Amino acid sequence: MNENPYSPHTEADRTAMLERIGVRSVDELFNAIPRDARSPRLGIGAGMSEQEVQAHLEKLAALNKTAGSGPFFIGGPIQRRYIPAAVPVLALRGDFLTAYTPYQPEVSQGTLQAVFEYQSLLAELLAMDVVNSSMYDGASATAEAALMAVRLTGRKKVVVSSDVDFTFRRTLRTYARGAELEIVDVPTDRLASSADGAACVIVQHPDAFGTLVDVRAIADAAHEVGALCVQVTEPHALALLEPPGALGVDIAVGEGQPLGIPMSYGGPHLGIFACRGALVRQMPGRIAGQTVDADGVRGFVNTLQTREQHIRREKATSNICTNEALAAIHAAVYLSLLGPEGLRAAARAGVARAHALANRIAALPTCRIANDGAFFDRFTLRTEMGGWDLRLALLERGIQVEATASHYVDGKRRGRDDVIVQCTEMTSESDADALVDAVAEITGSRQAVAAR
Amino acid sequence: MTVVKRQPMPDAGATDVKALEPLLIELTRPGRGGRHVRAETNADIPPQFQRKAPLGLPELTEPQVVRHYTHLAELNYSVDGGMYPLGSCTMKYNPKVNDRAASLFADLHPRQSYRTTQGVLALAYELEQMLVKITGMDFVTLQPAAGAQSEFTALLMFKAYHAKRGDAKQRRRIIVPDSAHGTNPASAAMCGYQVTTVKSDARGNVDLEALKTALGPDVAGFMLTNPNTLGLFEERVREVCAAVHDAGGLVYGDGANMNALLGVARPGDLGFDCVHINVHKTFSTPHGAGGPGAGPLCVKMHLRPFLPKPWIVRESDGTYHYDTAREDREPESIGDSIGSVKQRLGNFGVLARAYTYIKTLGEEGLAETGRDAVLAANYLLALVREKYDVAYDRTPMHEFVLSAAKQKKQGATALDLSKALLDEGFHSPTVYFPLIVPEALMIEPTETEPKETLDAFAAALNRLADRAASDPASVHDAPKNTPLRRLDEVTAARNPKLKWQRPT
Repeated sequence: MNENPYSPHTEADRTAMLERIGVRSVDELFNAIPRDARSPRLGIGAGMSEQEVQAHLEKLAALNKTAGSGPFFIGGPIQRRYIPAAVPVLALRGDFLTAYTPYQPEVSQGTLQAVFEYQSLLAELLAMDVVNSSMYDGASATAEAALMAVRLTGRKKVVVSSDVDFTFRRTLRTYARGAELEIVDVPTDRLASSADGAACVIVQHPDAFGTLVDVRAIADAAHEVGALCVQVTEPHALALLEPPGALGVDIAVGEGQPLGIPMSYGGPHLGIFACRGALVRQMPGRIAGQTVDADGVRGFVNTLQTREQHIRREKATSNICTNEALAAIHAAVYLSLLGPEGLRAAARAGVARAHALANRIAALPTCRIANDGAFFDRFTLRTEMGGWDLRLALLERGIQVEATASHYVDGKRRGRDDVIVQCTEMTSESDADALVDAVAEITGSRQAVAAR
Repeated sequence: MTVVKRQPMPDAGATDVKALEPLLIELTRPGRGGRHVRAETNADIPPQFQRKAPLGLPELTEPQVVRHYTHLAELNYSVDGGMYPLGSCTMKYNPKVNDRAASLFADLHPRQSYRTTQGVLALAYELEQMLVKITGMDFVTLQPAAGAQSEFTALLMFKAYHAKRGDAKQRRRIIVPDSAHGTNPASAAMCGYQVTTVKSDARGNVDLEALKTALGPDVAGFMLTNPNTLGLFEERVREVCAAVHDAGGLVYGDGANMNALLGVARPGDLGFDCVHINVHKTFSTPHGAGGPGAGPLCVKMHLRPFLPKPWIVRESDGTYHYDTAREDREPESIGDSIGSVKQRLGNFGVLARAYTYIKTLGEEGLAETGRDAVLAANYLLALVREKYDVAYDRTPMHEFVLSAAKQKKQGATALDLSKALLDEGFHSPTVYFPLIVPEALMIEPTETEPKETLDAFAAALNRLADRAASDPASVHDAPKNTPLRRLDEVTAARNPKLKWQRPT
């Protein structure tokens, strides 16, 4: 029996194939390869049966502590959200999962219509004119937005708020090395006054710490000096907050993972990328468009392809080829299932739980909420002991939170040594109780409260 | 003719839209919906921030949504459904156990402590080691999300490498062959490089003399796909790499065609300084209708300092952590690293599938994969070579390029033939690429198609050649048996409709 489960050829097949080719062995097909480099010994071990592989993977997985295994408050662009059962059932159908990029539209209408609908759903959510079919993630979408603004303005300075998520700013800085852009980090309240000479200003709302930001004032100030305004946003927040399209934003980007896509330790996720209609010819990435077939039946194709690398090569708007179409289909299914009311409910749940939790924690004498203003569904917690140590102490009690001490970009840290607490509809009452109790105990509030 | 299932078009009679399946926005009715998440009516948001713009998402029931996407899915061609002979895309079978393996790691956040993600780090570390062995390189970053991002990552590292040596300012050019994928020059341009193209010689190799003429002290590097996009192994690959090195440049290996070399040869033994791997090609992870992929970048020792951060460290006690975060604390500086293109381990869910695939096949299975891929391509070529022109008459590796120049003269172009193949029940090959072959049909069967399927595909291609000769108009009319016939791409681009119009 053939041990390789995916190899179809019997010995008789191989013999017949070699005969037809006119060679005696497969080795003869490799004459162009330097002799001493042929058939190296790799040393990666023997293959395994499916059953053994599955058992091995389960053993590895058991070494992790999943988000759902205890109170969990880590978030930011990637969030633990409820994924309706129908999302993976539909989006992971083999017809989507194992299809190629829809370059033959006659046999790819499923992908193309689903992606066109994704673009339409996100355009509704963002109130933007055009949404592309996806970027790798929110971080690369942010970097590509900066590059697009540079092409549109001919300027090489990009001003980014230091309250934009640190992973996005890291990727932005890395991408900027290519075009040798000047990246200037300033706090959000100085964005407006720093826009002069910039290709764009990049603001996040709600920001990395959960704080709500007056984007319109920043966009107005940017436009005043000929700069574009790029907003980093989050899909659930858009259900409740005024969307980028209503705030004067030119390019809106964000991480789409919370829309029904598993966290998967960081990917595959979904880069949301949207812009004003007038800017579409400089947009990166694939875009699906509506048309008709030879019989006049409505259909969809990849369009405006003269922006893309396979046509324009070094003059393309981006090098992106493989994207995250399957994640876009997840997001479309998720939004179709939840509808406007379902999305609002999920968003409100995060906000309500974050505010209730913040109120309880703020009542502890050792704690205070350190956001600069009103916050959305996550907040910043400051204690005497420092966020780093608090995070570790909470981890020892099985509670996972994020500390701002990890928010380094190029060796610089943003903000004080705090902890960020993210809530979603998955945050339960008992999770909240556990966090309040543990924070009280660790920071000494218990004794303080008892003494009062 | 197959029956296409669809939901009734709303307002039938009142609209003249003919469609395979209504748009979500055409199915919506105010008040439909369901409780997928707990109801929550309160949220404390200051009035000036509250959404006033309408939120025009469709309102649908779950059964409607299920039918909608089921119908859409059925309109797609897929690897699960049939052979996908797309050259340079390596559309091999996507094993199901890989998907199940990946789902074991779904509920993990990338910002969790290394203490709670030892399984992730163990898997990733071992995958890095395996990729080192398979490619003959020294170190790996798993971070890039796709091949193109890996190219970009590598060229940023080239830039950093030259900067460290003090000549980055003068090395402003990247050389690519005229057979290169479009991503190569596009990635170089994103890195701020000028792009010089060198031609291929009569045997389909890089023209070594032309390359030597193009090389100089202003060249940062050379990007080479091997086997190249003609499906041919570069016969003088070591001389090519040596020439670039002699000029002070670095050689980038585009690993798009790595499937041909699995267990057959290693880029690290051929002179390359680095090579990326498209795990969504070589290591069987599904293409997902356009993505996700993952593009690990494997490099030689001299490029290591510039690799994206963080790096995984294995302690002698068998535990793992990140180099930038001992005790999870982040560093004061990233040193010579270019930074990061994605956080931590990139598309881990895709990488877990690739890991599962490599563990399943093992050493012998991987070697068989490379050999079988080459066997299949050569067999298929033998079956069709009489009816079509062969672009370069050499023994190909895992794919080959035909030219339909003869058929075009008869009145059927490569595009026509590719559409007619759809009527025969096969996906089209890659067409009009590489650019240096007129009327190119680039065909890659992969190792997972049985001989019967290769025979049937060859028979279909040969029938089409006969039809092109006898009745080219019938080929020009194709496809007729697909859900839609040819689409009007010109109007789509001239008058772009990029989202639905809400019914007024």
